[in-house]
Amino acid sequence: MQTGDDAQRSRWMGWLARAPLAVLESWAARAPRPEFTWLRRPETGLVMLRARAGGSGDKFNCGEMTVTRCVLRTAEGEVGVAYVQGRSARKAELAALADALLQSALHGERTERELVEPLRLRLEAEAARAQRKAQATRVEFFTLAREAGA
Amino acid sequence: MSRFSTPLSDVPAAFAAPALAGQEVFRGALEALSRPGRIVRIAAELQAPSGVQRAAAALALALLDQDTQLWLSPSLADPAAAAYFRFHTGCVLAPAPERADFALVAARELPPLAAFAPGTDEFPHRSATLIIEVQSLVAAVGAASGWTLSGPGMQAPIGLRVGGLGAPFVREWAQNHRRFPRGVDAYLTCGDSLCGLPRTTRMEA
Repeated sequence: MQTGDDAQRSRWMGWLARAPLAVLESWAARAPRPEFTWLRRPETGLVMLRARAGGSGDKFNCGEMTVTRCVLRTAEGEVGVAYVQGRSARKAELAALADALLQSALHGERTERELVEPLRLRLEAEAARAQRKAQATRVEFFTLAREAGA
Repeated sequence: MSRFSTPLSDVPAAFAAPALAGQEVFRGALEALSRPGRIVRIAAELQAPSGVQRAAAALALALLDQDTQLWLSPSLADPAAAAYFRFHTGCVLAPAPERADFALVAARELPPLAAFAPGTDEFPHRSATLIIEVQSLVAAVGAASGWTLSGPGMQAPIGLRVGGLGAPFVREWAQNHRRFPRGVDAYLTCGDSLCGLPRTTRMEA
């Protein structure tokens, strides 16, 4: 069971995982740059994605996704973890650094304001745009009863 | 320290260069088991968890993965060491010696060797491998005290003086040897040094 703080952390780790590298780089150019040591250097591997048919049916293996992960610890003692889409070690490093800074009492709020909030708005807008495009091509079959849940 | 739950705050980094060090240690482990009684030094740069010898930690890092179960003897099973091996190797912690594929054990806490999985006659490789931390490990050429090892991998009997394993271990080892092809294999470690004891090795005190 996640506490409120852990749930919040898992949300921002999700945004960071999907962040374009350019967004992370432009944040990193302005962000504090703490000293850190690697606990696990960036490494790339595959993760099996599982899905449910129709969103609620049986679980099945949907496909494998390339993921890069790393773990670092800042000099202040915060441990930053990143699992990001793709093969970019740099992206994993920046996401882990952001995760560590977000936990820190000193830099947390600023990082939230300068990186996570804009990132969230951007990714939500992209998702909404993709959904609108898909909705525009939706075909209504008036003669058939709509499937439950559609 | 932090309001975020993370068991990683106190976990040391492992190998400085994981791929190269892993291969180097694996080579050392092969050398040690194929030449029983020969003392192999682990030069790879690594940070071990506190209370665990460097050679023992290096062996565990090189040999364990997510398909292996590790049993830690009570004095080594503190949460920091457990978190270290879980995080760096992905291994599963075994609740009891008989479930372990690998066991990391302080010599004074070594359970009877018969407590570990010996494999079966059809699948002798499904046995446990023990990493035993001893207090001293010295090659003793022609010494009066200590053990005399003989068997495959040794042209002539080899002398070995081991601090922390007494006569009961020698008796149990003889039983372990007689169970061939079943039985456990062991590594003795002390600081940076390790020495292999495959089940084929005969031991006399």
